Amino acid sequence: MEFFKIRRDIPFMRHAVVFNIISFVTFALAVFFLVTRGLHLSVEFTGGTVMQVQYPQAAEVERIRQSVSSLGFAEVQVQNFGTARDVMIRLPAQKGVSSAQQSDQVMATLKATEPQVLLKRTEFVGPSVGEELAADGLKALAMVVVGIMVYLALRFEWKFAVAAIIANLHDVIIILGFFAFFQWEFSLAVLAAVLAILGYSVNESVVIFDRIRENFRRYRKMDTVEIIDNAITSTISRTIITHGSTQIMVLSMLLFGGATLHYFALALTIGILFGIYSSVFVAAAIAMWLGIKREDLIKAAPRKDGDPGDPNAGAVV
Amino acid sequence: MNRYPLWKYLILVVALLVGALYTLPNFFGEAPAVQVSAGKATTRVDTTTLARVEQALAQAGLKPHSIALEGVSVRARMNSTDDQLKAKDAIQRALVPDPANAPYVVALNLIPASPAWLSAIHAAPMYLGLDLRGGVHFMLQVDMQAALTKRAESYAGDLRTQLREANIRHAGITRNGQSVEVRFREAAVMEQALKLVATQFPDLATTSGPDGADYRISATIKAEAGRKVQEQALKQNITTLHNRINELGVAEPVIQQQGLDRIVVQLPGVQDTAKAKDILGRTATLEMRMVDDSAEARAAEQGSGPVPFGAERYFERDGRAVIVKKQVILSGDSLTDAQPGFDSQTQQPKVDLTVDAKGGRIMRDTSRENIRKRMAILLFEKGRGEVLTAPVIQGELGNRFQISGSMSVTEANDLALLLRAGSLAAPMEIIEELTIGPSLGAENIAKGFNSVIWGFAAIVAFMAIYYMLFGLFSGLALAVNLLLLVAILSMLQATLTLPGMAAMALALGMAIDANVLINERVREELRLGAAPQVAIHAGYDRAWATILDSNITTLIAGVALLAFGSGPVRGFAVVHCIGILTSMFSAVFFSRGLVNLWYGRQKKLKSVSIGTIWRPEGDAVAKKG
Repeated sequence: MEFFKIRRDIPFMRHAVVFNIISFVTFALAVFFLVTRGLHLSVEFTGGTVMQVQYPQAAEVERIRQSVSSLGFAEVQVQNFGTARDVMIRLPAQKGVSSAQQSDQVMATLKATEPQVLLKRTEFVGPSVGEELAADGLKALAMVVVGIMVYLALRFEWKFAVAAIIANLHDVIIILGFFAFFQWEFSLAVLAAVLAILGYSVNESVVIFDRIRENFRRYRKMDTVEIIDNAITSTISRTIITHGSTQIMVLSMLLFGGATLHYFALALTIGILFGIYSSVFVAAAIAMWLGIKREDLIKAAPRKDGDPGDPNAGAVV
Repeated sequence: MNRYPLWKYLILVVALLVGALYTLPNFFGEAPAVQVSAGKATTRVDTTTLARVEQALAQAGLKPHSIALEGVSVRARMNSTDDQLKAKDAIQRALVPDPANAPYVVALNLIPASPAWLSAIHAAPMYLGLDLRGGVHFMLQVDMQAALTKRAESYAGDLRTQLREANIRHAGITRNGQSVEVRFREAAVMEQALKLVATQFPDLATTSGPDGADYRISATIKAEAGRKVQEQALKQNITTLHNRINELGVAEPVIQQQGLDRIVVQLPGVQDTAKAKDILGRTATLEMRMVDDSAEARAAEQGSGPVPFGAERYFERDGRAVIVKKQVILSGDSLTDAQPGFDSQTQQPKVDLTVDAKGGRIMRDTSRENIRKRMAILLFEKGRGEVLTAPVIQGELGNRFQISGSMSVTEANDLALLLRAGSLAAPMEIIEELTIGPSLGAENIAKGFNSVIWGFAAIVAFMAIYYMLFGLFSGLALAVNLLLLVAILSMLQATLTLPGMAAMALALGMAIDANVLINERVREELRLGAAPQVAIHAGYDRAWATILDSNITTLIAGVALLAFGSGPVRGFAVVHCIGILTSMFSAVFFSRGLVNLWYGRQKKLKSVSIGTIWRPEGDAVAKKG
């Protein structure tokens, strides 16, 4: 079986401007929603209490909300979680009242109306912990960005590093934009998914860059645009199949993983789709505009002296 | 060209065997068991305990499936849950005659049901996180500032005493936050005091100078000493928590330090959070009282008379009665430290006690009047008192004194621990709490398992259809990847959580990338007209550099998550990183091995089964050649 019967190289770079404009508009929209709507942060970041309870029959969310509100909590969110019987209750952090008292009070109130209600999970996070987690998340993001850039700069060249990181950070912003627009809950697991996607879609750009480097060596007569077009065309089938396979796995999580893994899988799905787009259409184009040349990548051959301090000098891959 | 030397195949076979062996325990599930562990710091669980448990079971007519001493607990695996409950009752009766004063914790537990030969090579199933098995998780923040303030307070008292003893007249001592301020009328007196502080209080750093008409010394705890205070406070709190949690009868509690000032407590299987929180926050008190040595009291001690008026009967740990007076000399608040050590003259183990200045004064007065009499140290918990020790006073005591005598090193250590563990060194606050019901845990396991299995099946099916035999090899390599991943997680005894299972699924989804790269490369070489053997060789070779690059970038993200992540993110990151490493092995090394085994020996290979090799009418080949 073969899905990709491509006769000649597809001139991707001819439309580079269009692709980048699409990309930029999506990016701008994502930023707009992030600023105006903000992320719906989970209790892990904001601090507070989450309770997951199960009713023997379909729960009446409105009544639960009323009875919990009557306890005097400022902002109570009550919503179904996965099934009609499962309900998630979010309470903001309160000064002076310990988590134990909060969840016990709520359970007592719920038991009063429906004795059969079952407490499945409670989670309490103090406000200081939330701030730390947010700070750690940003640190992790910075470390990923720097680490990947350094690696790519060593392995290829700084222009590739810059192109790859711009293309993929814009994926991250777009994922966040989706979460802001739909007000999906942004939890620690989603953060992990976002960072994993960052590593994963850079990997996509690497495959294309690798091919560009190889083409520079093999086809001496082609110019840069042709080389990039050829590199993308010859890897496109691998790109689609690989991402398709990963998406199968993520889909399986989306279908079977239940409510806990729902947003995690959703973040991965968006990340995978935009990862393909940005690696194929954006990263290579940026690298092109940054002015990659044959000489940048094949240092040993044209310059015989070669930098003796360069560990990759003369390396043939 | 496509042949592996024998040793490479051997590596593959060994890796597969080891992987299979260590994955195996995960399939056996868990069996009901009764676990006996120490309920007090002074009880030891050793072979005698094992023998007692065996005996208790034999008397009750129960035959355990297996029974063994593992680390610090005895575990008896039973054949059914029915037997398990009976066994627990039997052991409880035999080992814990008085439930109010339990030397052992007898708890129901589930232990891996893998056969003995697997346990013998330390093959155990993955450790399931709380979100998969149910239980409670607390993160407690220790208020270090309070510990330092408490210490500063005791320094203020000590300074007062020392200055008075040295006849240095001061104009007032106050504690200001965590520093102690001493005022003087004259500069010369201040100098004297400075000298005293420098010699007697090495842990204090001082600044001094004129302050209005007066002179002032401001003493603060040195940074290093402060750190020591904090470390000790944390350790003491952990010890205290251990003692308290033992009462809950939790089979495998986790009590760990996290960071500089946090303690994580995990109690798998516990559902009653209210009780758990109550026990964590309880306070215990320590009291020092004189032993009543009147004739009536002696008689009462022997059990041959009533307890005299103004006295009470308490028991030592070994069950001996001690009659102590009701009047409390000192309470635990005065005790600032208790450390085991050795007597410099007799070389016998001892415990050094330090009490604050006020306590020191009382101690001196009391001891002077009661030389050669016994003083008891009692620990009260839940309103029940117990005599920790009742030594004879040998001389006049100050604010530092020692308990020595017929003690072993272990006993000295335990006593010091108990003296310190009586109370919390610094207040704690719950800053994170998580309760997972047992049904939710089981649901999470099923969800994670289904995600992995269905995704895996779908990928393998697709690969086999699209790449034919090569796809099948890729699928096998993916299976090996899963096998090795589970084996390594089991070996490391890493904690598996739901995000961890998600990472497993994701690792498989990403691992297939390497095989797709290889297969596409091989196809491409064939398309360009390479001979099959050459195409396979070149395909693997060229793909390798790309695979390495792309995996390293993914690994960078994984390591960043591992470094900065906590809780669920960490669980994800561990599996993610290990998954990347195993995928490099299986996707490249293992699948190549399969291909070599299948095709490598055929000298005149005409075609390979890798799906359609579509050629665009040959013009592309001509142009690029």
